[in-house]
Amino acid sequence: MMSQGSASPLVEIRGLSFARGARVIFDGVDIDIPRGKVTAIMGPSGTGKTTLLKLIGGQLRPAAGWIKVDGKDVYTMSRAELFAMRKRMGMLFQTGALFTDLTVFENVAFPLREHTRLPEAMIRDVVLMKLQAVGLRGARDLTPSELSGGMARRVALARAIALDPMMIMYDEPFTGQDPITVGVIMKLIRLLNDALGLTSIIVSHDVKELAMISDYMYVISEGKVVGQGTPQILDREGSAWVNQFMHGLPDGPVPFHYPAPDYAADLLAGG
Amino acid sequence: MPDAMIDSLQGLGRKALSFFERLGRAHLFLWRVLTGLPQAFARPGLLVAQLYSVGVLSMVIIVVSGLNVGMVLGLQMYNTLSDFGSEESLGQVVALSLVRELGPVVAALLFAGRAGSALTAEIGLMKATEQLAGMEMMAVDPLKRVVVPRFIAGLISMPLLAAIFSAVGVMGGYFVGVGLLGVDSGAFWSTMQSRVDWHEDVLNGIIKSVAFGFVAAWIAVFEGYDAMPTSEGVSRATTRTVVHTALAVLGLDFILTALMFGVD
Repeated sequence: MMSQGSASPLVEIRGLSFARGARVIFDGVDIDIPRGKVTAIMGPSGTGKTTLLKLIGGQLRPAAGWIKVDGKDVYTMSRAELFAMRKRMGMLFQTGALFTDLTVFENVAFPLREHTRLPEAMIRDVVLMKLQAVGLRGARDLTPSELSGGMARRVALARAIALDPMMIMYDEPFTGQDPITVGVIMKLIRLLNDALGLTSIIVSHDVKELAMISDYMYVISEGKVVGQGTPQILDREGSAWVNQFMHGLPDGPVPFHYPAPDYAADLLAGG
Repeated sequence: MPDAMIDSLQGLGRKALSFFERLGRAHLFLWRVLTGLPQAFARPGLLVAQLYSVGVLSMVIIVVSGLNVGMVLGLQMYNTLSDFGSEESLGQVVALSLVRELGPVVAALLFAGRAGSALTAEIGLMKATEQLAGMEMMAVDPLKRVVVPRFIAGLISMPLLAAIFSAVGVMGGYFVGVGLLGVDSGAFWSTMQSRVDWHEDVLNGIIKSVAFGFVAAWIAVFEGYDAMPTSEGVSRATTRTVVHTALAVLGLDFILTALMFGVD
């Protein structure tokens, strides 16, 4: 396991450009993800935040720029190296993406069964430990259809840490969840990051939640990074747009009114 | 040239190009599936589970349809044969129709409708719920783990199901012909035995069903894997599986029949 030392960022992105058809998603983006910390990547819906995670994981190729994970360029790697790198990355999808035909236990055991030759007794121990970490050891025999949304995400989280990865990527972990589940997930993200020495990347637009648990934040809009810093810095400084985004103001650089002709003239024109 | 004509020509060109692009993708997909075959045999548990859900669970429809087709054949052929006074040849006629044509073709069409569409829907839904993407991010190739066992299961099940169809159909023909219509039982079986040749008829029928199984399994897993990950996309993909398999099987049937049974 080669590491570049604890000072250099775990993920370095430089000059990233990516487009889907005619739509430009990223236009020269520079991001550094520091080791051992929770980094948030925020932006309005549809800015391509999930696309960024797929680019880091090597599922998509950028049109320009490069991405290095632990010092190695993701796109010049061979297929075998890419697969080896993916084993050290955990990903939590928005829907959990649990395998519907397997129980909770089997879902968490899946990466262990596929990538290791551990004996069954050891696999059982590891799975129970991971489930205990997310608080669902008692749910091990349920199937995904019997789980609530929040529980499904916690099982997916246990599965993502099954192989003790070096980093975890969270795709919109809080979206659509009740306050208690949001609190549980927030606690788990921070706890696992610190306890296991992980590097966490969270992609979301839930500003309040992210501000409470992140060490560093990036704001992306229209394909560029428009603001970055610790939550405290971003809260106070930053452009007018960043300010409107961070505080959820209804009017500002992103106007409330869709462009329309003069109001009085419009009403009078109807006769 | 008027705009409407140019637009329709462009549309035609676009459709043709996307058809060939899809065909190319399907072949690249097939290549990846075939190169993954040896690994799949190393995990028999997955394969057996798929053989059960693809093959065994299709047995009901195959047996019931086979019986009905055989009985209808018995009735229809008896009518025609009695015009020429050749009712005793009923056994031979029923057996040849089933083994050469109806067994492989009808079983393939039923397979596409039941097992093929189920495979497409299952793989398409796994894609739509990000299970395949999740597997990829866990460094497990979803093609090898999910698609290849299902493809092999389809390939193995089809010839077996076609054989069962033919066998049950012959029994159906026997019940109607000998039981209902009074054809002599000995004549029924002896004409069949003398005129149905192992190499010419049965083996050719088996070759056909293997070819149909290959095509049906390939189309079913490709459509699922290539489906748009939305509910509309999955429903379109399942329809496409049934339609394309039917067209491909019937077209292939003509080609194979011309090659095997045609006039030299």
